[in-house]
Amino acid sequence: MTAPMPLLRVEGLSKTFRMYHLDAMLHAFEGVSFDLFKGEFLLLRGHNGAGKSTLLRTIWRSYRPVAGHVWYQSGLGDIDLANAADVDIALLRRREIGFVTQFLNARPRVAAQDIVAEPLLLAGYGQAEALEQARHWLDQFGVRPELWRAYPSTFSGGEQQKVNLARALILPQRLLLLDEPTASLDVGARAALVRRLRDLKSQGVAIIGVFHHPGDVAELIDREINLATRVVSEQTEREDHVAL
Amino acid sequence: MSMDLGLPALERAAPQLMRAEPILTMAGISRRYGDVTALRNVDVTVYPGEVMGIVGESGSGKSTLLRMMNLEDTPDSGDYRLRLPRRDDGNLFDLARYERRMLCARHIGIVYQNPHLGLLMRHSSSGNVAERLLVAGERSFEVLRGKAREALEASEFPLTRMDARPIELSGGMQQRVQLAKAIALEPALLLLDEPTTGLDVSVQALVLDTLKRLQRDRRITMVLVSHDLGVIRTMADRVMVMRHGEVVEEGLADQVFQDPQHAYTQQLVHAKL
Repeated sequence: MTAPMPLLRVEGLSKTFRMYHLDAMLHAFEGVSFDLFKGEFLLLRGHNGAGKSTLLRTIWRSYRPVAGHVWYQSGLGDIDLANAADVDIALLRRREIGFVTQFLNARPRVAAQDIVAEPLLLAGYGQAEALEQARHWLDQFGVRPELWRAYPSTFSGGEQQKVNLARALILPQRLLLLDEPTASLDVGARAALVRRLRDLKSQGVAIIGVFHHPGDVAELIDREINLATRVVSEQTEREDHVAL
Repeated sequence: MSMDLGLPALERAAPQLMRAEPILTMAGISRRYGDVTALRNVDVTVYPGEVMGIVGESGSGKSTLLRMMNLEDTPDSGDYRLRLPRRDDGNLFDLARYERRMLCARHIGIVYQNPHLGLLMRHSSSGNVAERLLVAGERSFEVLRGKAREALEASEFPLTRMDARPIELSGGMQQRVQLAKAIALEPALLLLDEPTTGLDVSVQALVLDTLKRLQRDRRITMVLVSHDLGVIRTMADRVMVMRHGEVVEEGLADQVFQDPQHAYTQQLVHAKL
């Protein structure tokens, strides 16, 4: 029997920032390799500055890697995210890969429910259905109905984060990247997030996450990778998935 | 002592997904005005439904490039093709003046920073929109009026003012009339030259939201020129950074802002308030 192909194979990925005004380079991480399978939840660990968020952003391609590959089994074909054309990355972001940060990037004068509904509208859902689902997820994450038509720029940090999560998780993806999504959430919203992630994981969504308090998602974690400065080490069971 | 900052070059010849062909392709566009080089060997590729942002300081060539896209000027060298249904015009710079005018009227919309460039200030707002439809051959008054109303409504212009002259309207309202005129014929390409510059911030937000909605609901492909990085960041999927008539960097909008590769782009991004 042949082993299943990973959804994501990261090979020798390195990121260095070149800072012209300092005439210097900043090494974030080097030679990171691991596999991620469908329905798997991978936790990234490491001290502040170890490069956890940078690794997520490099896979997402907000940051350009300087070496290595990120082989991704897309529904449209296999592709190396590290070297793919920008237009392909934009397409995958719309359809298959999600990124959740701890900050809402809200456009001015757009209501919370419209911000949340937008990914569905972009995916071709009708206005009424998109709005209904948006309200459902706002409700799930604990945003009060009187705020649904308000502009999130006036919300507290915690309320903004709930809107952010509802938007980011409304459309099931194949690969989900989570960058400290529980920061500034209350207990109810954290529980809603765990429920949603469990649901997505059971649907086969592969997840890589960075959490300030990993205990929030302890029940979901399949494996961990510890990022030290420029060194990567495997911590748990499946050693074959991480190469140094 | 200066450090060696050389980084290994990445292979960019990666496998491609089943994506659409580009709608706009420009190659090797160069233009000089006397001793001044306005554009030097510029290549542009824009895909259907995306917003391509162009940023750069004054005089970087971004508005000149937009005027080339609207066939208002001809470069010294270069090739420009639009992929339009059921037609192949070859290099659009080879078209005669009349053919250019017809092609632009039918397939390209433009919103200028200065509404005086895009509107007849002493004609009614609906008349301004209808004028675009007339150029494309529409003659029925009912159809002209109906389509003008529809375009104004899509641009979130209050229909109670549709017979007001642009000269009587605020800057934000004038931009909406320009937008209605630009989208009246459902163009393949919408060009936006600093569309929110000079508007107060609340009106700016409304215009940007209208543009975003049009892009989402009608899948209109847009090229947006702005020196306002906040506007570009809000609107654009991909970004080109221009300096001295050349493209110094191109990438996904978030990548260009978060991990700029070129020294000039870093300077530009770090200078943002």
